[in-house]
Amino acid sequence: MRIGSRLHPTLEVDYTPMIDMTFQLIAFFMILINFDAAENSDKIQLPVSILAKPPEAPAEVAITVQMDEKGRPIMAGQTYPSPADIRPILDLERETLEQRGQSAAIATIIIRGHKDAKTGVIQELIKVCQEARFEKFTLRAQEDLQARP
Amino acid sequence: MAVHIKKTSGTAKIPIDMTPMIDIVFQLLTFFIMTLKIAAMEGDFNIKMPLSAIAAGDPDEQMPPIKLRLVATNDGSCGDIIMNDRSFGADGWKALHQEVASLVQDGSLTAEAEVELNCDYNLKYENVIRAITAVSGQRQPNGDIIKMIEKIKFAPPKPPPTK
Repeated sequence: MRIGSRLHPTLEVDYTPMIDMTFQLIAFFMILINFDAAENSDKIQLPVSILAKPPEAPAEVAITVQMDEKGRPIMAGQTYPSPADIRPILDLERETLEQRGQSAAIATIIIRGHKDAKTGVIQELIKVCQEARFEKFTLRAQEDLQARP
Repeated sequence: MAVHIKKTSGTAKIPIDMTPMIDIVFQLLTFFIMTLKIAAMEGDFNIKMPLSAIAAGDPDEQMPPIKLRLVATNDGSCGDIIMNDRSFGADGWKALHQEVASLVQDGSLTAEAEVELNCDYNLKYENVIRAITAVSGQRQPNGDIIKMIEKIKFAPPKPPPTK
């Protein structure tokens, strides 16, 4: 039996609006994506502050050290038992800076401490960083959304 | 080889197979949707603590720092807030803020004044941020921040309490 082409007409679907919309969605998500936040541990619940605002300019050299609830520092995704254990990494960071002709004094240590961490352990962490010749510190807090105007 | 060009009336329609492109585009879309992490904005409080200042006092110090003592309870909550020997109670953040605001009301001391935080070892870190928030500025209804004291440092750390 011969089936004529007239029995199966080809349907042409116009993909243009769908592709337009999909590319817009991709652009939207690409703009929103923040790879810096990817290394921030989900375990850390930052303390909130009504004054917490993102800095106007990023630090020239920023080294992020996180501190979990139990007082264990986290650097580059690895958890260490105590603040003293990150000293070799800090020394390595300083040596890298010195090889580039920069000093440790220009680097900013960003401390992302869990809200329930002991202040004494945070101070120990600062002391270890000071001993590694870092001088500038920032304590990171989360914006208090209830205080937003 | 002879090339046969079909002559049609008007423009010829070249069929493009869109399937691979749409496949990739949807995979990209899925990737971005799954990696998206919605997080609240984060802000920084600067503290400058050079090691030399611990050893032999800061030579740049113009005026003595305002000493802010945070006493911890057994569970790490704030037990008392004491500024220059004046107690504000366990939940006296607002009173502390008003006291500091009255000290720097004309703004002349904003750059010069310094607060030294002296905290108990077991104090929960969120109380430190509360104290820094209370002394370092205030947020206006329009969202602008009026700075009060910018220089903040920690007193030498206390040893952990013995059990």
